[in-house]
Amino acid sequence: MDTTQADDAREAEFNAIIDADGRIEPRDWMPEQYRRTLIRQIAQHAHSEIIGMQPEGNWITRAPSLKRKAILMAKVQDEAGHGMYLYSAAETLGVSRDELLDLLHAGKQKYSSIFNYPTLTWADIGAIGWLVDGAAITNQVPLCRCSYGPYGRAMVRICKEESFHQRQGFELLLTLSRGSEAQKAMAQDAVDRWWYPSLAMFGPPDDASTHTEQSMRWGIKRFTNDELRQKFVDMTVPQSEVLGLRLPDPDLRWNAERGHYDFTQPDFDELFRVIKGDGPCNRQRMAHKVAAHENGAWVREAAEAYAAKRSAEQEVAA
Amino acid sequence: MSRDWPLWEVFVRSRRGLSHIHVGSLHAPDAEMAVRNARDVYTRRNEGVSIWVVPSAAITASSPDEKDSFFDPAADKAYRHPTFYEIPDEVRHL
Repeated sequence: MDTTQADDAREAEFNAIIDADGRIEPRDWMPEQYRRTLIRQIAQHAHSEIIGMQPEGNWITRAPSLKRKAILMAKVQDEAGHGMYLYSAAETLGVSRDELLDLLHAGKQKYSSIFNYPTLTWADIGAIGWLVDGAAITNQVPLCRCSYGPYGRAMVRICKEESFHQRQGFELLLTLSRGSEAQKAMAQDAVDRWWYPSLAMFGPPDDASTHTEQSMRWGIKRFTNDELRQKFVDMTVPQSEVLGLRLPDPDLRWNAERGHYDFTQPDFDELFRVIKGDGPCNRQRMAHKVAAHENGAWVREAAEAYAAKRSAEQEVAA
Repeated sequence: MSRDWPLWEVFVRSRRGLSHIHVGSLHAPDAEMAVRNARDVYTRRNEGVSIWVVPSAAITASSPDEKDSFFDPAADKAYRHPTFYEIPDEVRHL
């Protein structure tokens, strides 16, 4: 067999696994474009978890009670953990963690546009848990069945933990909504500001989404952006009624014929502006990330020095 | 040249009586710090009672390219399974 025939045979085997809804594992042959698509998507996902610590970390010192502070710290720790699971999944595709961090810091890889919005009040922590994490879960549950094994396995762990994130957000908002008038108004204001950015998290509409078709063919994506957005709206509207908070869309109503809620689409021009770097907090988020990495250099150096010293001691003892 | 610390594969025993199972990987400068990092990354919710870390570079694996020929010898030995044997219905506890 010459090289071309061997490649054809391996591609046929890859396609057979995909068609049978099987899983691709790190050392399997895979098309270069499949590998690149996954690296881009998993890295962007990992970066989002890491940058996502910032808007919430903003409120740790000002949480209104010890209980809420402990919960928020646990949640922010989870985001760091999710970033770690995802970076290690990306590395199985032959990219190093350093490369991924360098690409993020140089602005050559993206993170979710949602984290470029500011957290102005304590209620934003509730709105992020309920809406942003709710949208993330809607996106992520189907990713547990992603055709690439390590990504799917990382997503299973993440989804289990995200459930706590969403429930704590809902409970936080419910507490505010049932509190004083000022507290309820603060909760309503947060929902007003986070609703459309949360809808935009599902990405551009299907007819403008460049990656959807190929990703669905490869079993990386299981539903289109618009399908997931609709699913999220359908789940969220009844929850808003329990909360006693209004979703800021005058055209939101049940459509019995479709069996879904009709709703106003988010402003996609705004989404593209934020993705391109012009959101309210893009510069601040990146500056903070780079500074945290650089200011942490001494910790990494100390850990290396400690490891070197220990291994030298062990050699002497041996 | 990557500045990354060595990569470690992490295995967690979720409770006594069960085997350690692979859960993922992480970077750490040495084994001791790998175990501590693994605790924070992979067992924040009591997922484990014991952790192993193994340098990823120390793992030797079978090759996916030869998986057919490599596992072939077991493929045609159906007689290794209990279902291969026909036993009259009235026989119990067998």
